[in-house]
Amino acid sequence: MERLFLARASRVHRLAPEVKIAAVLLFTIVVVITPREEFAAFAGYAVLIALVAALARVPAGWLLQRSTIELPFVLLAVVLPFAGHGERVDWLGMSLSIDGLYGAWNIFAKGTLGVLASLLLAATTTMRDLILGLDRLRCPTVITQIMTFMLRYVDVLIDDARRMRIARLSRGYDPRFLWQVKAFAVGVGALFLRSYERGERVYLAMLSRGYAGRMPSAGDTTAPAREWALSSTLPVAAAGIAVAAAILA
Amino acid sequence: MDDVRAMHIANGIINGPVSAIFILIAVAGLAVCVRRAKVDLDDRLAPMAGLVAAFIFAVQMLNFQVLPGVSGHLLGGTLAVILVGPWVGALCVATVLLVQALVFADGGLTAIGLNITNMALIGTAAAYLLVALLLRVLPRTVGSLGTTALIASVIGVVVASLGFVAEYALGGTTELSLGGVAATMAGVHTLIGIGEGLIAATTVVTVAKVRPDLVYALRAFRKQPTVAKTGVTA
Repeated sequence: MERLFLARASRVHRLAPEVKIAAVLLFTIVVVITPREEFAAFAGYAVLIALVAALARVPAGWLLQRSTIELPFVLLAVVLPFAGHGERVDWLGMSLSIDGLYGAWNIFAKGTLGVLASLLLAATTTMRDLILGLDRLRCPTVITQIMTFMLRYVDVLIDDARRMRIARLSRGYDPRFLWQVKAFAVGVGALFLRSYERGERVYLAMLSRGYAGRMPSAGDTTAPAREWALSSTLPVAAAGIAVAAAILA
Repeated sequence: MDDVRAMHIANGIINGPVSAIFILIAVAGLAVCVRRAKVDLDDRLAPMAGLVAAFIFAVQMLNFQVLPGVSGHLLGGTLAVILVGPWVGALCVATVLLVQALVFADGGLTAIGLNITNMALIGTAAAYLLVALLLRVLPRTVGSLGTTALIASVIGVVVASLGFVAEYALGGTTELSLGGVAATMAGVHTLIGIGEGLIAATTVVTVAKVRPDLVYALRAFRKQPTVAKTGVTA
């Protein structure tokens, strides 16, 4: 579960999780409400992201590799100029819809910036800290509790699934391609139960050691105003760019 | 070829005002769920809720490639409803979506309201209504619990996908024909719903056979109260 976290000793890493979550959220909101015609503003946002990445010592290649999650949406963006309605332009012998071109740009620009901002958050904050941050941002305990268990159990599930697969293989089971689905379908109920019973034991052990719905945190302090001020430079700068672009246009 | 939702709705697909309205809807819906879930969430349900969320998280990584550029994934709402009930179930799905948006950049942060409304609220509510109805009507066997899971999955998933169509009609950022979007979404998600239904049905049937005490949907039919709290839901 920690494969999106990039351990570095940077200033961004040391910020309290709640200020980072708030900054990324506000930044994304500014990006999304920017009109799609403001090309200069989007360039400015990209520069901001690059600055934060540099400050956090997250390599560009690392970010780009993980931003491929966005690819399906890029495919949609490629289709839009052909499928859109309205006025059309001819380019290299292809008839493209102007509205579709703007739509494609809109999805590509906003999607990419949002994905990069989230990836930077994940790269600089561990899962445990993220949950702590959500908790300090007054996220209901029920949700943070489910989240804590979910992150614990994902690893239990994956490990149990791997053990069951090795057990099948060592009994001479050699499925290819789609036929693997059969074993998965037959085993999925057993996998669920095995994981549950393992998780239940862990949970009871936690309860008997005093767990009461919230993980204990070392030094239960809220973020100092200095950290809020530092992290707010990202959304404030983005808002400044948006306003400047709107005035210039 | 009209629409893609290979992952969840990303930033910029639906315009700002509509996204904002749906964030309010999602927050209001989740607030109700949180209040009701506090009553439900006991020592037995807490680890189950975590596991259900982890399970949904894991199966959502499986993306079905239905057409080139068009794919979708399992939602898991029905499984959650049967195993942990509607309130905690909706929270499980919402938690998965929140983690995916925050950590895996899957689904836009500003589109989180849309995603939660579709998958955690609409999909789960549809599944819950069907489960509650079918379990009353069908004979009380393990087989009919499986059938219920299958039917509720298919319909829940399709209803959730139509939630996207409604949002697209309200605030789509590009002009695509609505009929086409609706047909593609419903068609693709019927297939996904069948896949999801089979997984939900086998899981639920196994759990119901081995540990019936863990199946929330069967609480109302329990003859011998095993814990202090029984028969809370219909």
